[in-house]
Amino acid sequence: MFKSHGLSVFAVVIAAFLSFPIIIILSYLVQADGALWRHLYETVLSDYLVNSLLLLLGVGTGVLLLGVPTAWLTSMCSFPGRRWLSWALLLPLAVPAYIIAYTYTGLLDFAGPVQTWIRDLTGLGYGDYWFFEIRSLGGAMVMMSLVLYPYVYLMARAAFLEQSVSSLEVGCSLGYSRWRAMWSLALPMARPAIITGLSLALMETLADYGTVQYFGVSTFTTGIFRTFYGYGDTAAAAQLAASLLAFVILLVMLERYSRRAARYHSAAESKARADLIPLEGSKAAIAFTICLAPLMFGFIVPATQLFLWAVFEAEPLGWDFVGLAWNSFSLAFLAAIIAVTLAIILSYAKRSKPIKPVRTAIAMAGFGYALPGTIIAIGVLIPLAWLDHGLIALFENLGWDSPGLLLSGSLVALLFAYTVRFLAVALGSVQSGLEKIKPSLDYAARSMGHSPLAILRKIHVPLMRSSILTAVLIVFVDVLKELPATLILRPFNFNTMAVRVYELASDERLADAAPAAIMIVLVGLIPVLMLHASIARRRPH
Amino acid sequence: MRSLNLINSLIISAVTASILAVTSAQASGVVNVYSARKEALIKPLLDQFSKTTGIKVNLITGKADALLKRLQVEGSASPADLFITVDAGRLHRAKEAGVLKPMSLPRLEKTIPKELRDDAGYWYGLTLRARPIIYAKDRVKPAELSTYEALVEAQWGGRLCLRSSQSVYNQSLVAATIDALGAKATQSWMEGMVQNLVKAPSGGDTDQLKALAAGVCDVTIVNTYYLARLINSSKKADQSVAAKLAVFWPNQTGSGALGRGAHFNVSGAGFTKYGKNPKQAQALLEYLASEPAQVWYAEINNEYPVVKDVEISLALKGFGAYKMDPIDLEILGQNNRQAVQLMDRAGWK
Repeated sequence: MFKSHGLSVFAVVIAAFLSFPIIIILSYLVQADGALWRHLYETVLSDYLVNSLLLLLGVGTGVLLLGVPTAWLTSMCSFPGRRWLSWALLLPLAVPAYIIAYTYTGLLDFAGPVQTWIRDLTGLGYGDYWFFEIRSLGGAMVMMSLVLYPYVYLMARAAFLEQSVSSLEVGCSLGYSRWRAMWSLALPMARPAIITGLSLALMETLADYGTVQYFGVSTFTTGIFRTFYGYGDTAAAAQLAASLLAFVILLVMLERYSRRAARYHSAAESKARADLIPLEGSKAAIAFTICLAPLMFGFIVPATQLFLWAVFEAEPLGWDFVGLAWNSFSLAFLAAIIAVTLAIILSYAKRSKPIKPVRTAIAMAGFGYALPGTIIAIGVLIPLAWLDHGLIALFENLGWDSPGLLLSGSLVALLFAYTVRFLAVALGSVQSGLEKIKPSLDYAARSMGHSPLAILRKIHVPLMRSSILTAVLIVFVDVLKELPATLILRPFNFNTMAVRVYELASDERLADAAPAAIMIVLVGLIPVLMLHASIARRRPH
Repeated sequence: MRSLNLINSLIISAVTASILAVTSAQASGVVNVYSARKEALIKPLLDQFSKTTGIKVNLITGKADALLKRLQVEGSASPADLFITVDAGRLHRAKEAGVLKPMSLPRLEKTIPKELRDDAGYWYGLTLRARPIIYAKDRVKPAELSTYEALVEAQWGGRLCLRSSQSVYNQSLVAATIDALGAKATQSWMEGMVQNLVKAPSGGDTDQLKALAAGVCDVTIVNTYYLARLINSSKKADQSVAAKLAVFWPNQTGSGALGRGAHFNVSGAGFTKYGKNPKQAQALLEYLASEPAQVWYAEINNEYPVVKDVEISLALKGFGAYKMDPIDLEILGQNNRQAVQLMDRAGWK
């Protein structure tokens, strides 16, 4: 009994620690500047709101349409190409949204090759013909859907694969057709996982700055930056961010409420697979096309464009790229291990004692994902610098040399910021894995005298191995792509590939940024392939 | 178990790296720089400086306001000695925030004109950047152009491209215009320009130039070094864009605000209040204002030198001589907030 209390306390302490930057941002709400808010309200605020909501709606629809059918087809049906498509569909995850935006703008913009070719062919001029304006709200929706759908795909596919066959078989034995079973059983059972993937994609959308800024779409996030940079007003920027956060909290609560009583763990232990639904002829061709399209537009097209830039236009990479790649890789790896370990501890504490303080603290700690990286960075800097000043005072009192900024000026600050920002990703995946394990297993193990930690180690972790690996993968790739917090918090003479891409791209040298962008994609592929290999080993095809 | 060892060694190496990063920044014979200037556009100079003086330079690059925030939060423990930005408004903001300290540098006071540095020595301009009107040669005659203010004329309806008001270069242009015309006239000037836009603002300065060359619009306002870069590019596509465009220096004649001269801004640097290596910082700043460094800026990024009689690049020479708006650059910083508010009101996205 004592032990499980200990775990709850431990979890609350960790979650509180991780919530600190978020609380600092929220605390700015009490010092609102009425005049500035009135100005924003009278001029641009409604624009920010409408555009952000439309963007959420568009990206939400987009990631569901791209993610769920592909997850279903690759996990439940058999058709030519299914095996390689099932992992290749993850590849767009390695492409940062701002990079896909650059590549498609290079291709489809008025001055780009596609439109120039049309004009040369037809002799038309600007305005004589209709062409999709890539730099628009619609363009931003498409770009983000193309790189964010893998969140939904990953979660939905994991859920479909872990669904016990017997549920579906019971459905079929009750006279359901395979497709009917999907609609009435598989999809509703996968709902928590799909919602998790969807909310990750939407939070990422809300926090995005690079894409919308480049496309000239005014959203809440560009507003936050405009207030920070244009008005030089951190407090107002933090208030805007806090309002954004309040909105996210509301959405999450609505979703929780809508599935308040439902339980989603599987009653059966059987992991036997149902036979895949064989698709042939035109049906197979359609399935193949549905799965190929997101891969094509989310990865192959932008990667090819980057490759062409890198080969024909960019200055070649210097040897310092090895250092950049190592910095990016090791940071991403460390952050992933830290975030997922904490996520497991937190989720498990919540499972073993779902009392209110634990649930609230964990929910709070997960909201960092909806905040733009710059805002998180400020929330991280303030407490760490405060601690640093305390340490310096302590050292000086003891008559020692000042240690300098041990925390806020080092990689500690970066790892802290990454954990705060990406904990939600790890939590989402780990929790949906944990939810599928029946509580009766815990009761049984506990009645046999096992401690909660032993149960976690011996039963839960092995059972949710793929969920844990998924969490590691997503955090790794997210950190690899992360820019704003890295930019603000990194120590002297420390660069990552994302920083290099940003510096070249913001200096309007897109083609020169291509080699580093390709490196991000390539390093991001490592865990994608590892995850695939691990899942493949576990399941017979 | 092996993976655990790998994790351990990774953690150890990261922790060592971070401690090294902290301690090395505080050893003697170093100078620590927070720079809003991109690494590619400053690192070669810093390397050269280290080579000649033996002083090691530690560098963090980033956005000016974020670096400023970091300076503020770090307070007296900040390791930074020098704060470099690419906009006078941000230098002013740093001065106001109390993170800079005044330093009198007689050598620089002699070579850098008074209007390009802070009176009290809080910051010194290092390069000049002009933001004139650029036009498409085949569709616009220079005689049709005169001032920034004239871009509201009906003849430019549907022919103007502008970068977003998110750009600090545009914010500073508006801040200078407020000083010249007053807030009300500035707002209606912007409203008129917004009316004339062919499309909502998006992309960077180079994108405006490409849109001009492709026939989307006929006039725009951008920094000259972006055009110079296209002229000097080894890529054919860039050269053909540049060949279609030309610079027009606005507000050159007439009296009062009308003839105030073209808008310009500086990149510059200031000493941080709590810098621990003031001597080395001074040496670096003096180096950045020295002739070889000024020539490098002109050659590599086509910026105008702040020091007189330094050779400018061929591309810049091609743009011709121009009269600069003699505004006190502090004003760009003082008016920035109001500029953004007016841009919001005028509907400049």
